[in-house]
Amino acid sequence: MSKGKRLVPFLVFIIATSVFAGVFVYQPLWEKISSFHPWNLGLDLAGGSLLTYQIDMSKINSADRTSVAQGLRDVIEKRVNLFGVSEPRVYIQNSGDSTRLVAELAGIKDVNQAIKEIGATPYLDFREIEQDGSSTVAIPTNLNGRYLKSAQVGRDPTTFVPEIDFTLNEEGAKIFAEVTKKNINKPICIFIDGQPIIPDSETDSCPIVNSEITGGNARITGRFSLDRAQAIVQRLNAGALPAPINLINQQTINADFGSESLHKALIAGALGTFIVIIFMIIYYRTFGIFAGISLIMYVALTLGLFKLISITMTLSGVAGFILSIGMAVDANILVFERTKEELKKGLSKAAAVEEGFKRAWTSIRDSNISTMITSAVLYYSTSSFVQGFALTLFLGVVVSMFSAITITRAILRIFIK
Amino acid sequence: MDIIKNRKIFLGASGLLVLASLVLIFSLGLKQGIDLKGGTQWQILFKDNTNVTESVIKEKIRSVLENIDVSVKKSSDKSFIIRLPETDEKEHQAYREALLSVGNFEEQNFSSIGPTIGAELRTKSIWAIIFVLVGISLYIAYAFRKVSEPVSSWKYGIVTLITLFHDVSIPTGLLAYLGWSQGIEIDTNFIVALLVVMGFSVHDTIVVFDRIRENLITSRGKMSLASIVNKSIHETFARSINTSLTLILVLVSLLVLGPSSLFYFIFTILIGTVFGTYSSIFIASPLLYIAGKSGDK
Repeated sequence: MSKGKRLVPFLVFIIATSVFAGVFVYQPLWEKISSFHPWNLGLDLAGGSLLTYQIDMSKINSADRTSVAQGLRDVIEKRVNLFGVSEPRVYIQNSGDSTRLVAELAGIKDVNQAIKEIGATPYLDFREIEQDGSSTVAIPTNLNGRYLKSAQVGRDPTTFVPEIDFTLNEEGAKIFAEVTKKNINKPICIFIDGQPIIPDSETDSCPIVNSEITGGNARITGRFSLDRAQAIVQRLNAGALPAPINLINQQTINADFGSESLHKALIAGALGTFIVIIFMIIYYRTFGIFAGISLIMYVALTLGLFKLISITMTLSGVAGFILSIGMAVDANILVFERTKEELKKGLSKAAAVEEGFKRAWTSIRDSNISTMITSAVLYYSTSSFVQGFALTLFLGVVVSMFSAITITRAILRIFIK
Repeated sequence: MDIIKNRKIFLGASGLLVLASLVLIFSLGLKQGIDLKGGTQWQILFKDNTNVTESVIKEKIRSVLENIDVSVKKSSDKSFIIRLPETDEKEHQAYREALLSVGNFEEQNFSSIGPTIGAELRTKSIWAIIFVLVGISLYIAYAFRKVSEPVSSWKYGIVTLITLFHDVSIPTGLLAYLGWSQGIEIDTNFIVALLVVMGFSVHDTIVVFDRIRENLITSRGKMSLASIVNKSIHETFARSINTSLTLILVLVSLLVLGPSSLFYFIFTILIGTVFGTYSSIFIASPLLYIAGKSGDK
């Protein structure tokens, strides 16, 4: 009994923590506490878009790829920030040989505009002309938009035709000098997004290099309208992409649709929890009530933990958590069944409970570890949507071992004599 | 009920079910969702005009691109699910324009996935299944390492592996049939469901094995292996059923009230859990008995 008494402060502490977690999780209870640290909702619940781009690294040295990918990420992030998305996440994902850029735009209103803007960021490169039999081909040089420092609209001093003036950085200036030196009296073509911009179609009237250009200042002249010149300059300044990108995956979820799904899942989860508790009480009587209490604490503590460490909650994550509710009482069932057996053997109630916990432990440990193995594999081998599920399931199992063993045992030790 | 004595009936029935599932899987094939094979899924809801039909939508889409492979299905919540090959944003907007002539609609969901991502996810999924199968089996072999007599611990692992295979092949066979008859597709969620089934179904198996291990130590020499296994099954029967039942209660509640997008995910886990519970009692234990006996000779 003294053991039981010593556990009272512990139980009070756990109950207080659970109640606090409940208030923290469930907004209507006490809004100030709850909104202090809001839920981190995934795209499928908050609504929004997930855009995946393939980065074409074929023209970039393998040594430079990481920095190019980072540069690309920064440029896209700048662009994305212009759309007023609350917390855009732009990141690089490596998968085998390919490098991808993922943009998660939660709560975005106009995805079409976003896609257009991201895609519109021009990729600029300079190409030299080589004779290939009777025809000419434009061969890309090493000089491209990543060496661009700034661009502005200028006007030809004599004709007043709009032109694009640009400045290259130090490294770009060096490359430009080399390229122009090599191509004196030959044409150099400038391409934006794989399309020649000077002139609009024929390669043979590309500007002819008169002399080696050093210092990194150059002009693109041609038949630009003022509007077009301004549009190109704006995009170049917002950041020319250091490598071309290509949209390979787009997922857009309407916010209402997401919240409706969440609502349905939560109702199903609440009902499921309720039925499980009823079942436990009918089958295990007093023990069942204790298991029910620790299950409710489990729900509050786990959700509190998810919210506190800002786990991204996706619909599948919520589903994973609800499943873990169905499993959380498993440990209790194993313990109670074992306790029943020990009681039949003639042990006192308190001794039978202790024995029940002790003997059931190996099964509980082994079965929970097998679920942890599954969660770990899921986490490391699939897409981000599945990762939410894996993480919630894993943490759910860990917390459930605590609630079903430590909390239930504390309650039983205090109340069973 | 003497499960060990009647083992041939249970093993035979399960063997037939697994065989039937494999035949279904290999003859009908699995209908892959767009996240595994690439393509576009677009879910729209006409808010004001409720008379829109599937064929009208199809016609409008075809007015943009004549011979496009498009399928339209009305879902239970009155929205339409449109399936297309991989679609870029320009095409998406063109379809949107065309459909706006029918009435104002809300885009609930649009996803277009390139074939490379699909293929990659497929490979990853297969590896994930293999990792979990092997990982759990190895863990069981490790967890039971201290009992080498009369059933050595690696046999617990092998039996677990066979049982898990049984538990995942039956739902997969069922989905192959549903794919053929109802057009149900398997997607990433399905793979996740299979992995979850493996993690869960092994719970009950562990409970029975744990009891067999305990009884082997206490009743060694006093009872035959068959009676020990039988006794262990009977002693743990209630808890095997109850632990699964709590999960099944939650699953059914999710199936009935939960979001429709999770229906087949939950359904797969439910089927897997039911067969997983069955297999831990009627398959794993008889197999362990057979494995143990073969070691005697």
